[in-house]
Amino acid sequence: MTSHSSTTHESSTTAPATRPAAPMTMAAALNAAIRDAMVDDSSVVLFGEDVGPLGGVFRVTDGLYAEFGETRVSDSPLAESGIIGTAIGMAIYGLRPVVEMQFDAFSYPAFEQIVSHVAKMRNRTRGKIQLPIVIRIPYAGDIGGVEHHSDSSEAYWASTPGLTVVTPSNPADAYSMLREAIASDDPVIFMEPKSRYWSKAELALPVRTAPMSTAVVVREGTDVTLIAYGPTVKTALATAELATEEGLSIEVIDLRSLSPFDDATVSASVRKTSRAAVIHEAAQFGGYGAEVAARLTERNFYYLSAPILRITGFDIPYPSPKLEEYFLPTPDRILAALGTWEWS
Amino acid sequence: MPHDYVMSLNVESAPVLTQAAPTPLRLIDDAGRAVDPSEAGGFALPAPDILLGLYRRMVVARRFDVQVTALTRQGRLATYPSALGQEACEIAAVASLRTDDWLFPTYRDSIALLTRGVPPEDILASFRGEWHSGYDYYQHKIAPQATPLATQALHAVGLATASKLKGDHTVALTLLGDGATSEGDAHEAFNFAAVWQAPVVFLVQNNQFAISVPLDKQMACRTIADKAIGYGMPGYFVDGNDVAAMYAVVSAAVDTARNGGGPSLIEGLTYRMEAHTNSDDPTRYRDSSDVEVWRGRDPIERLEKYLVSVGVLTDGERAGITREAEELAAATRECMTKTAVIDPLELFEHVYATPRTALAEQRDFLANEIAEHEAAAAKTTGETA
Ligand SMILES: Cc1ncc(C[n+]2csc(CCOP(=O)(O)OP(=O)(O)O)c2C)c(N)n1
Ligand SMILES: [Mg+2]
Repeated sequence: MTSHSSTTHESSTTAPATRPAAPMTMAAALNAAIRDAMVDDSSVVLFGEDVGPLGGVFRVTDGLYAEFGETRVSDSPLAESGIIGTAIGMAIYGLRPVVEMQFDAFSYPAFEQIVSHVAKMRNRTRGKIQLPIVIRIPYAGDIGGVEHHSDSSEAYWASTPGLTVVTPSNPADAYSMLREAIASDDPVIFMEPKSRYWSKAELALPVRTAPMSTAVVVREGTDVTLIAYGPTVKTALATAELATEEGLSIEVIDLRSLSPFDDATVSASVRKTSRAAVIHEAAQFGGYGAEVAARLTERNFYYLSAPILRITGFDIPYPSPKLEEYFLPTPDRILAALGTWEWS
Repeated sequence: MPHDYVMSLNVESAPVLTQAAPTPLRLIDDAGRAVDPSEAGGFALPAPDILLGLYRRMVVARRFDVQVTALTRQGRLATYPSALGQEACEIAAVASLRTDDWLFPTYRDSIALLTRGVPPEDILASFRGEWHSGYDYYQHKIAPQATPLATQALHAVGLATASKLKGDHTVALTLLGDGATSEGDAHEAFNFAAVWQAPVVFLVQNNQFAISVPLDKQMACRTIADKAIGYGMPGYFVDGNDVAAMYAVVSAAVDTARNGGGPSLIEGLTYRMEAHTNSDDPTRYRDSSDVEVWRGRDPIERLEKYLVSVGVLTDGERAGITREAEELAAATRECMTKTAVIDPLELFEHVYATPRTALAEQRDFLANEIAEHEAAAAKTTGETA
């Protein structure tokens, strides 16, 4: 990283005013969120593998190096623990680092820094040191990725006290939640569903959606609540659409935040429909769905007409591209699972 | 810098791996004599008043260390990793820094905290088991003592880089153990620092053991300092029991970092005189005769001989230093009599900046449970009375 005390590129940027609505991919929305945050707050810095001139392997940081320069956007050496560890030191000194783990499975070398320091620093220092770091992790599959490029690692992070774990499912949330994550004084694991990077929406930036910590009912229904997040929101919505043919009214919840979990919104929906299933790509055993099912059961047992189901990836490593269609939960598989309930 | 113990990127002076380990740089020898300037690697012996100051701080630090070890043996502290015998490294590190520089210490380095001004009760908070860490980081510019090995080295590199990005002149110094240099984070830190030319100093205290494991089971190269060349930064192999040499080299490295010259790796060759912690049993893995050899190389005695020989350490000085050390020991014992009561509900306070409903519920649950227990206890006391 080179310092340019007097030659910062900030002068070339403008404060983000409301811009006319335009179709935008999730990747572009994330890019805009980082850019706007960097314009608003000079303490925001960005680094990671290939995030500089290349703009990241998914182009999420496209153009930022050119706009902000080496001082604020830089390619780091290729070492994930090093990226997180140095981000911690920068945050102690007052910067707000936004760092990228190139792919889900390549965040594992940084596990110790994230779990032992990022998550614990505020607590172990009795609130004296805070680490406003955003760790962006492209995750999940359905992109025909080779081995180690399609993991869903959310349960590791979500079960770690001290971390905030969020995942947008659409471009508007991508922008809004990333702005909120960067502004947060808590460290945030920001999980980006790779298969949704190229999904498009009409956005008038700077768009603001519901608070990052809340779940949202994205489709109302009366018979079943499908609880999804990130890549499976699309699957759940498709399932709900298909179910109308069978006269089944499905409510779909986009969790958005995995930690914290929005008990109020989800429990209200489950009490209304009395049936719920949680859908994720990650393996089932010890997965995030287990927590969802357990806490909803504890809180709403007497409102339930059926056990809460988990429709998830199998308990196997993520398969090769030609086999991933068998692994991923599909609307058919979800409907079949709902059909195993006794319907009276 | 043609000396064997000063590695640089200069190809002519690059180390040859088949060479025997060099002797470490020293400015004052075991017998307390200043070495010939021709053997001083271009480093000047610090002035007598500086050496006297280092001596005073080493004596005071040792008194603290011995006191805390005693308290631990009495079972009054959960644990304490002693730095007995490593005072030259610890004190040289702190003395080389300005107040606005940052120190990134490990569990081993409590006397460095003490020397930088952290009150004994704040140092002992973690060892007493009150909270995981207990001092004012921003006041003292000291990061929390790190236990996950070598992780703090990356934090130091990050902070130093942030200082550079902001155009400040803050330097970061991190302390590492010899065993910790085997960790991936140590290598990542060395490499990031060199690539980013971060104003950071890595000071490895080679006390020759990682708990029970000797250095030859950690690495196959001559010295830890040799590794620096692989990353593109200078490495210095220094007698870690010679505070004069340690101070001269660390200060030079800190100056280099401050002036834009990038990172340095310094290895101080020393010895861990005590057990790893109170729960360790060193008789299972090392000979007490080795320990005795190193007792003969004591860093404080060595400097004392020198200072007496040049007439700087008078009886009056000595008495003053002893008094200061004893006062500190008394204050340390005294702080143990005060029991810090931490409200268990504070457990929920510092996990997140943003309040969470679930944590508030758990805090209320614990509060209720405590209240019920207290009510039950009061009732029992009432009945027996
Ligand atoms: C990542 C990690 N692995 C293992 C440990 C357990 N451990 C604590 S101290 C220690 C030995 C460290 O030796 P060294 O780095 O030489 O430092 P010293 O204790 O001698 O000062 C070990 C293995 C740890 N703290 N962190
Ligand atoms: Mg050691």
